Amino acid sequence: MRLERREHRPLALVIATPVVAVLAALALSGILIALAGAPVLEAYRRILIGAFGSRLSTTETLTRAAPLMLTGLAAAVAFRARLWNIGAEGQLYLGAITVAAASSHLLGGLPSAVQIPLLLILGAMAGMVLLILPLWLRLRFQVDEVVTTLLLNFVALLFVSMLIDTVLKDPTAFGWPQSQSVADAAMLPKLLARSRLHIGILIAMALAVIIHLVQSRTVFGLQSRAAGLNPAGAVFAGVPLGATLVKVACISGGLAGLAGAVEVMGVKSYVTTDLSPGYGYSGIVVAMLAGLHPLGVVLAALFTAIMFVGADGMSRSMGIPSYIADVTVALSLLTMLVALFFTQYRIRR
Amino acid sequence: MTTPLLEISGVSKRFGANLANDDISLDLAKGEIVALLGENGAGKTTLMSILFGHYVPDAGTVSIDGAALPAGKPRAAIRAGIGMVHQHFALAPNLTVLENVMTGIEPLWAFASRTARARAKLEALSARFGLKVDPDARLGDLSVGEQQRVEILKALYNDTRILVLDEPTAVLTRTEAEHLFTTLKGMARQGLSLIFISHKLDEVMATADRIVVLRGGRKVAERRASETSKAELAELMVGRTVTRPVRAPSTPGAIVLEAAAVTLRLDGVDRLKAVDFRLSAGEVLGIIGVSGNGQAELARLLSGTARPSSGDLLLFGKPMGDPGVAGLVASGIGRVPEDRNKEGAIGDMAVWENAVLERLPRFSRHGLVDRKAGMAFAQEIIARFDVRGGGPATRIRLLSGGNMQKLILGRNLIDRPHILIAAQPARGLDEGAVASVHERILEARKAGTAVLLISEDLEEVMALADRIQAIVGGRLSPPVSAELADARMLGLMMAGEWSAETGAAHAS
Repeated sequence: MRLERREHRPLALVIATPVVAVLAALALSGILIALAGAPVLEAYRRILIGAFGSRLSTTETLTRAAPLMLTGLAAAVAFRARLWNIGAEGQLYLGAITVAAASSHLLGGLPSAVQIPLLLILGAMAGMVLLILPLWLRLRFQVDEVVTTLLLNFVALLFVSMLIDTVLKDPTAFGWPQSQSVADAAMLPKLLARSRLHIGILIAMALAVIIHLVQSRTVFGLQSRAAGLNPAGAVFAGVPLGATLVKVACISGGLAGLAGAVEVMGVKSYVTTDLSPGYGYSGIVVAMLAGLHPLGVVLAALFTAIMFVGADGMSRSMGIPSYIADVTVALSLLTMLVALFFTQYRIRR
Repeated sequence: MTTPLLEISGVSKRFGANLANDDISLDLAKGEIVALLGENGAGKTTLMSILFGHYVPDAGTVSIDGAALPAGKPRAAIRAGIGMVHQHFALAPNLTVLENVMTGIEPLWAFASRTARARAKLEALSARFGLKVDPDARLGDLSVGEQQRVEILKALYNDTRILVLDEPTAVLTRTEAEHLFTTLKGMARQGLSLIFISHKLDEVMATADRIVVLRGGRKVAERRASETSKAELAELMVGRTVTRPVRAPSTPGAIVLEAAAVTLRLDGVDRLKAVDFRLSAGEVLGIIGVSGNGQAELARLLSGTARPSSGDLLLFGKPMGDPGVAGLVASGIGRVPEDRNKEGAIGDMAVWENAVLERLPRFSRHGLVDRKAGMAFAQEIIARFDVRGGGPATRIRLLSGGNMQKLILGRNLIDRPHILIAAQPARGLDEGAVASVHERILEARKAGTAVLLISEDLEEVMALADRIQAIVGGRLSPPVSAELADARMLGLMMAGEWSAETGAAHAS
């Protein structure tokens, strides 16, 4: 048996890849479900019911998908330009705490129409700042941003933890470390009454479309792709490498910061240190599953949200640990990598 | 006749639709040097990979002393006494010479490494074949020529009887290459058999006893070196008569680019030291020199990716300032980089994207890329410069080196630039592509473009350039006019020996 590099990748294959990868991941986690002693197909039916079985579960799934789309986009944009932003989690928290602080101390009195856009911008800017610093270190001193962005996650989380236990602590929270709430006028409008579903998911989807257009149609999109694929070639062709990466970092960090802002303004209204169940890290998986394509991120984020929310439901009704969702999502990343390999190579005898 | 030491018979190997080796047979006697001559993609490396057990042939056998080697078993090939020197060295720069030679040869589970024994063996080999190396030198500190010596010693270490060298001179300077040939002949006299892969006619004629020519995966001819000529080999290799064009006389026009005492300091080292040159419209100025003497820096300076630390650079009589890449391209300077894969093209981007990337201001409006115009531009280059192997939307990685280079030349020449900076424009290309690149450069010269040709290929420079300057250690010699230059004089100039008597006074 031999592997050969494919010269052309048919479009159908590119689209089929993630689908096959996800099916393979589901089949593999089926083995684990079977080992746990539950009927596999029934378990998957329960996951679907858990994710879509009722109005509540459907809105919950979509609510979960919104921050995943944003962090997924953050990773996809950065990775395309070979900027390894592993710090979306920290950027998310910094965006979240900035929004909480700004609304509770400064802008709380402003009407929604002014306050919401202002807060979203502030949250995004906080995320940008946290990514610009590691980028500067890379451009100036060749410091590997994988390390710096990853470690800044812990710095950011501890910083937030300090703030919500001191200056931003909510005095009415019975001593729990929890930030003051944003003003009511800062809460994002609901998409559906009597649910947690807010317009964050629309913001995320709109941004996915915009980013897709920017990447495929603009000079900046072409240059950032060139910078990612071959930095030396890009420099020779006159692409301003530093400036391009700074723009990429602003978009990536901004999206992650926005994820935090949206989560606070749409769902929680305050910040705790468990605001994010690892959205920043899951965003990396989402981006990889999407093949770094912004529109693919929307679908990949939905899949991931379905698995997480659905597995909770399944776990309640069948007594299988909901960790199975983590396993399935992780497996789907692995199967996706294998599937990607086969889109580039083919097997011969 | 006795049985040959090595016999390859009827070997075929297919990769996808491409038949890389088609029923090739070859034999090798003790103490013989056989050259495997062919263009890029003729199947030379595939054949040697089969010999060495890296690939399993679809048909055919490899025998040593009449016994067939098992297919696809590199260890068996090593045990049978085959050693391979790869084009790209497989050495660790942070280990010493001795450690490099021992790596992969010592058993993994040995209790203690037998350094003393290995050292003795290495020194014996080194003395026997005249391959001088210091066993304790760190590999990374050695020159490329010395590193190759280590690679050869490593290949010889296992009581090798057959040594295969894959394009051994590709990375060497001329002097290093000549030294290598002497060494190889000495090895053959001592009873070693050598197979030597190349696409350079000179080397093959100078070194080999017998020459096997491959073309398109088939063996097209076999000649004794004494009974053939370069012309015949060239024709056999390419399959048709290829003649490289030579410049016709012309009168140069106004000076378009001038450097006066330009120094370029990078990371605290003077890479260019007070260089002077003048380039006129309609002439080719050849900058010749052994790679690594400041050519890359000179090219960067004129490509807009570096600025002189001191001295004056005049473009059309005015100080160049800092136009950047976009400014240079817009003012009519075409640039062909030294390394087309690293700098000249972005492999995973489409042909059209590669065509417009360095001239985006022209192919965009309000920050939006004009894809349609870009595709049309690429299509025009493809048609006018005979780029084969794909359309505007093909990823450029899929084009052959020659076609990629045609596209790079085309995107620069299609707009009739005032100046063309061409660094090693024909490096690594096969004979047909070299001729076509040279033709394009001479066409541009005829149309009035001033060409700065940076090259280490004497023949290329003598065929194309009107005037020649040598670059050595960051310094430029005074120009000599090409009519007065011969290979010997240029060789001296490249070695840094220039003075009034080398003829510099006749130029400019």
